[in-house]
Amino acid sequence: MNTILDKLRGIYDSFYNAIVPEQRYTAYIEGLKITLIISLFAVLLGVAIGVVVAVIKVCGAHTRNVLMRILGKICDLYITVIRGTPLMVQLLIIYNLIFTSRDTNPILVGTVCFGINSGAYVAEIVRAGINAVDIGQMEAGRSLGFNWLQTMWYIVLPQAIKNILPALGNEFIVLVKETSVASVIAVNDLTKNAQYIGSRTWDLIPPLVIAAAIYLVIVVALSKLLGIFERRLAKGDRH
Amino acid sequence: MIVTKQLKKSFGDHEVLKGIDQHIEQGEKVVVIGPSGSGKSTFLRCLNLLEEPTGGEIWFEGVNITDKHNDINRMRQKMGMVFQQFNLFPHLSVLENITLAPIKLKKTAKDAAADRAMELLKRIGLEEKASAFPNQLSGGQKQRIAIVRALAMDPDVMLFDEPTSALDPEMVGEVLELMRELANEGMTMVVVTHEMGFAREVANRVLFIDDGIVKEENSPDQFFGHPKDPRLQEFLSKVL
Repeated sequence: MNTILDKLRGIYDSFYNAIVPEQRYTAYIEGLKITLIISLFAVLLGVAIGVVVAVIKVCGAHTRNVLMRILGKICDLYITVIRGTPLMVQLLIIYNLIFTSRDTNPILVGTVCFGINSGAYVAEIVRAGINAVDIGQMEAGRSLGFNWLQTMWYIVLPQAIKNILPALGNEFIVLVKETSVASVIAVNDLTKNAQYIGSRTWDLIPPLVIAAAIYLVIVVALSKLLGIFERRLAKGDRH
Repeated sequence: MIVTKQLKKSFGDHEVLKGIDQHIEQGEKVVVIGPSGSGKSTFLRCLNLLEEPTGGEIWFEGVNITDKHNDINRMRQKMGMVFQQFNLFPHLSVLENITLAPIKLKKTAKDAAADRAMELLKRIGLEEKASAFPNQLSGGQKQRIAIVRALAMDPDVMLFDEPTSALDPEMVGEVLELMRELANEGMTMVVVTHEMGFAREVANRVLFIDDGIVKEENSPDQFFGHPKDPRLQEFLSKVL
């Protein structure tokens, strides 16, 4: 009996040490802020890149316009390279090669890199979504006098986005968790700060468990949010 | 109003249209019939370049629309099209389906476009469906709204691609009725259909397309009463 109480006491102490002394909880909050900032802007960048790349690829596949075909090939190359190389390697290359100056902001580098990485995956998701929209929708839009891009924007993409929302949500969730890799370029995100606290207290597990719990809360909240969004978009569906 | 000169269309090695010369005058109602695979839908879809012809020319209101330098999007605003599968926009309400093109393309004010849409909906007795979504409607309602959506752009000609073929039999009447009204108002119409009764009653001229060419064209009386082409005789004996 006493041994169990001692164990519980020990666990309590180590979590207490991981949170309270030296106002260590502020490190989690600061790290969380940076994780959220990187995630948010990387998602926005990723969706922007993804939609543009997907539209160019779909257009390139249907047109005889040489310029669009070349752009389509460039987008193919981008997707192949990004999906074919590890994220951490991409992060290290961009950090060390492209942003070499001393005052490089690692948070900015992280955001750009995660955005570029996510864009490739989002592009393939969006492209599948566009191709799943009935060809008659494009024809109906064109027959009213909309040009290709207008039809894509007003008519095809809204339907495509609705169809791919679950896959897109999954990509967001993956992205939030992948930002933990940013610690390799000295970004003080949630994971990095948790490791730092662990090195101070000589007890690594409690801060990492706390970080894991925080990630879990973010992901569950994000899932709920996406669920609400999905239901609102489904208003035009069968009743 | 629409002139086609030696209009040809091939899909790969398969030549679907083998040279069609047609003059469609303002106010004329031309009904196109023919067996499936004859090229009649392809002919119609070429008229607004949904299919790009592989040979020949198409002139619309004095403009050669097959010439790449002419803005086909502008020309299409004046050519309404109705599809077999309706192709309403499922993510938009009925009202938004009708007002989208006038607002975005003609820069019509939102209120004015909505007023006009309600007027058109009232005409077909569906004004209470304005805020409904397409999948809450019956096939006949969908197709009538698709017609109204095209009319909202005030087109000079309406192209119908088998507008009643995807409908339940009891819905066919309401769609044909609306088309008949349009015809009586003087709308220029080109209709691909299997509804021989409609062709007989409404058409000024009926075309029989088979094997990529116009085998016979005539007034409905002559066309149905005294068909000359043996293939047309055979076709009519099967469908009438």
